[in-house]
Amino acid sequence: MGHDHDHDHDHAHSLLPPEPALRVRAIETLLVEKGLVDRGAIDEIIDQFSNRIGPQNGARVVARAWTDPAYRQRLLDDATAAILELGFSGLQGEHMVAVENTDTRHNVVVCTLCSCYPWPVLGVPPVWYKSSEYRARVVRDPRGVLAEFDLTLTDDVEVRVWDSTSEVRYLVIPRRPADTDGMTEDELADLVTRDSMIGTGLASSPADA
Amino acid sequence: MRPPTDPEQPFTEPWHAELFATTHALARAGAFTWADWTETFVEALADDAAAGGATDGSTYYEVWLGALERFLVARGLAGSAALDELKQAWTDAYLTTPHGAPVELDAGRVTGAIS
Repeated sequence: MGHDHDHDHDHAHSLLPPEPALRVRAIETLLVEKGLVDRGAIDEIIDQFSNRIGPQNGARVVARAWTDPAYRQRLLDDATAAILELGFSGLQGEHMVAVENTDTRHNVVVCTLCSCYPWPVLGVPPVWYKSSEYRARVVRDPRGVLAEFDLTLTDDVEVRVWDSTSEVRYLVIPRRPADTDGMTEDELADLVTRDSMIGTGLASSPADA
Repeated sequence: MRPPTDPEQPFTEPWHAELFATTHALARAGAFTWADWTETFVEALADDAAAGGATDGSTYYEVWLGALERFLVARGLAGSAALDELKQAWTDAYLTTPHGAPVELDAGRVTGAIS
């Protein structure tokens, strides 16, 4: 720290938030006053995405698919319904599709136009997912982008890129790591990383977890 | 509860969360459809990229904010003068509220802005 703030001097008033924050406040105030939205509904969504909705949800889905063949099949047949079975549902009724990695195919998810993302199972996307660099490059050069994530695939593995839309969201089912035969669903869920469900990573091995 | 897979927070600034949640809450309340909003947002991102905007995602929520303001005005859900006035009212409230006290808007200015 360069110096301590002098509270008696220039911080006597409340600290002014950044300019965009004031514009967001203006929008909220106007729309709440006009009755178009509830303050409580806004706070509820913030709480959900800050505390309850995140990659831990997707990890439950994947771990269940790894341990329960019937669930895996339901997930591949109708991901929206199978994910709802575990209590996770969308904000905007978005349609979910699960795509499974195999020893010959690796799936990667992007939203080339904006940042559509499987919110119910992964929460809010990371900054890199929202960057125009990732959105443009992963389609043109998926292997190059994956290499930057330290993920190098052999030539016999086909890379398939899935472009999300406002209607369809993809969840990658990563391959179950080796040496996990005796593990419980909870233990397996700990191996399922966020990036493995986007396709820019693999599930962790028990040795790394 | 399983810890997050990495230390990255869902929102790096509180206003990112406010903006994200406000937009979702509006769509959920039926003020507009998510698909309609996405159309506007996609255009804004493309315009920003064409104008040489950041490619690392660092200005993503700034673009979102500008797009939402234009979208709300275009849809007749908000007036740009009202948004400006309320932004100024919030600014004044922060500048005149003693440190540590709750920051509250002047009710008369809110009524004036929306009427």
